[in-house]
Amino acid sequence: MTVSMRPKYLFKVPVNARNISPDAFASQTIDKIKKFEVWEGNKKRTLGELFEITGESGETPKETSIQVTGDLRRVKRIGEAMTEGEITIEGNVGMHLGEKMKGGTITVTGDVGSWLGAMMKGGTITVKGNVGDYVGAAYRGSMKGMMGGAIIIYGNAGNEVGCFMRKGLIKIYGSAGQFVGIHMHNGTIFVQGDTEGRAGASIIDGKIVILGNAASVLPSFTFDDVKKKVKVDGEEILGPFYSFTGDLVEKGNGKLYVAKAKNQHLDFYEKYL
Amino acid sequence: MTELLIRNGFVYDPINKIDGEKMDIAVKNGKIVEKIEGKRVKKINASGMMVMPGGVDIHSHIAGAKVNLGRLLRPEDHYKDVEPRTSKTRSGVGYSIPSTFTTGYRYAKMGWTMVMDPAMPPLKARHTHEELNDTPIIDKATYPLLGDSWIVLETLSEGRIDECAAYVAWELNATKGYAIKLVNPGGLEAWGFGRNVSNIDDTVPNFNITPREIVRGLCKVNQLLHLPHTIHVHTNNLGKPGNYENTLKTMQCVEGLNHNNRPLIHITHCQFSAFAGNDWRTFESAADKIANYINAHNHVTLDMGQVVFSDTTTMTADGPFQFILYQLSGNKWINGDVETETSSGIVPFHYKRSSYVHATQWSIGLELALLIKDPWKILLTTDHPNAGPFIAYPKIISWLMSRKAREKMMKRINKKARSKSLLPTIDREYTPYEIAIATRAGQAKALGLKDKGHLGVGADADIAIYDLNPEKTDLNANPRLIRRAFKHAAYTIKDGQIVVKGGEVVKSISGRTFWVNVEAEKALVETRILKEKFAEYYTVQYENYLVPEHNLAVSAPIQVHAEV
Repeated sequence: MTVSMRPKYLFKVPVNARNISPDAFASQTIDKIKKFEVWEGNKKRTLGELFEITGESGETPKETSIQVTGDLRRVKRIGEAMTEGEITIEGNVGMHLGEKMKGGTITVTGDVGSWLGAMMKGGTITVKGNVGDYVGAAYRGSMKGMMGGAIIIYGNAGNEVGCFMRKGLIKIYGSAGQFVGIHMHNGTIFVQGDTEGRAGASIIDGKIVILGNAASVLPSFTFDDVKKKVKVDGEEILGPFYSFTGDLVEKGNGKLYVAKAKNQHLDFYEKYL
Repeated sequence: MTELLIRNGFVYDPINKIDGEKMDIAVKNGKIVEKIEGKRVKKINASGMMVMPGGVDIHSHIAGAKVNLGRLLRPEDHYKDVEPRTSKTRSGVGYSIPSTFTTGYRYAKMGWTMVMDPAMPPLKARHTHEELNDTPIIDKATYPLLGDSWIVLETLSEGRIDECAAYVAWELNATKGYAIKLVNPGGLEAWGFGRNVSNIDDTVPNFNITPREIVRGLCKVNQLLHLPHTIHVHTNNLGKPGNYENTLKTMQCVEGLNHNNRPLIHITHCQFSAFAGNDWRTFESAADKIANYINAHNHVTLDMGQVVFSDTTTMTADGPFQFILYQLSGNKWINGDVETETSSGIVPFHYKRSSYVHATQWSIGLELALLIKDPWKILLTTDHPNAGPFIAYPKIISWLMSRKAREKMMKRINKKARSKSLLPTIDREYTPYEIAIATRAGQAKALGLKDKGHLGVGADADIAIYDLNPEKTDLNANPRLIRRAFKHAAYTIKDGQIVVKGGEVVKSISGRTFWVNVEAEKALVETRILKEKFAEYYTVQYENYLVPEHNLAVSAPIQVHAEV
């Protein structure tokens, strides 16, 4: 059963729409859904005032899918803490998408703001466009970032991807910003494109694989070996890769793999073999 | 002023020896009166409910420099617990270190009306009082940290007790403090130089004095000044396995002082000071040994420092202990040094049921409370937020009152901790009368507050009414009902005004700040010596150090005449 939503106008101030989620919509009539509370800036509104809502919701969250079409760049917290079901967004969407999500799927055809899938525990998020900073990160001050699930991004991502990540998978087919996997405790991050450097700062464990250009490798990483291939989520990726261990500042045992092909500037490491 | 008549409640007033008697309580002008009549009297029907004096908390870190640093350190703690604004209350955040307004509201919602902030570095007195001013509804007071002050150490090591007493009197007046607080006496001074003291007879580096002499000296000072509370002691070696021997020695060291059967020393958050074993692997409870001593002696009061399994923030003036905790947890931390006075530290900490040490700590707190026979000697606290936030009090009350509740939790804790715990051998269940002692009457008595903690004529009209019927419900078998009732008081009355009704704040008023105004004849206040010392030791000017009375929103001085 699908509920379709379309914004009635272009939102100029942030809309806090944490109850656009299959868990909230399940077994509710459209009329009831229209009366759900949302905040537009400092004004209390109902979903019906902001969105045209049609369709029908399922009995359980699992049977409920939500389709939102339009420009949602100012809409925050869609799918917060959802457990099951499906959200499809055709267009761009704002910050905190799928935060603390526990299961289900979210698919976005456009771009997404920062904090995508922050502190998520399960489920899958797929983004066709670009993403802001702090993908799968921990909230400010917290030491528990993403704890499970998968985030697949076909575009580029911003800085501090997977900050304090503990488990799960982040795949970026475009490029990523600075500090990929900072403070990571475990889990896997794969970047097909370039990164802006300082990847793996302060990591304790986990795996970061960079196929494109890594602007620099931190001096607190020790060079191990040149590896022919690396496994990411059961899939073998051919290299060869420079393999590093770190971050030694944190007495960490995380692995950083950087593809040899696009990183000629790192070939001086080979003399330490 | 409103006139109130609380009718037909089951009244628990241990100080006046009233145990669940059905009676009326009359209130006029913020005080409890014999009886009241007339048409303007507002009547509260409390039939089928428990009526108790407003709760008193002897030890809860609610304000001050380090509490505020804790708030800054932990945005993620606030994120998960947000309180929206209502027409009567301001917005705020929790969880383990709530904002000042939320602190006041949450205490009032549980029926608590007086809270003592137990650790104020004298230099940060102004900040502490600013925060206390912004803590609504509840009355409050704060204890300056004096156990490591250079002037105290110098005067005590040279045996000049009178001069030390005069200095303490001046310090209480200057900082608007309530009692003498000692934290790891001697150890914090040493920590300023990266060292610590290992036991009560270790000499403090740079000062020819031992912690034993500091405790005894300040205990004598306390007697000379006739302060309402005893000395309030956080022992040496706190939080280390095998520290119970040191705790016993600390209690023994003041035994000889004359006390007319009144307590001489308060050992705070005793759970953290009742560890046996040589290291964390052989760590176990020494609650029985502490309890045996307390049962045989009358000069000590304790509070529990009960661990609650939750994600909390530890904060104490005990810098060296917090350094150890940081090394154990690997968490982010703050450590501070307050000039010539004290130190401090903050580390977020998660007490887990699955951990042997944490589960044993949980057990130690309850063992202490249940093995000490006299409830006037052991008071309920969590050392908020060190062992858990104060909002867990209803949970602890249910553990104390119901064996069933304890057993339920026992099933969920670490196996090794469960097999070693003494709790399964203890059948005791607190009665509502004993709960009223542990949470109100005993606390007020230990603090020497004459108008708090009871419902006799002339007492402050601070009253809590809980929707719990001791005649109809079997309390021991229904811990959930206990928890619900104590979580949301049916009514909280503060100074004769209804501030909470049905668990919601209906009126926000300013509480008073109590402090002790010591009149000492041999006043050091204006002496040249003190000013000279001050110029030598401090980075602030003498005149800027003093907190004037008008800095307190509602000042409530307690006049005391000292012997010096």
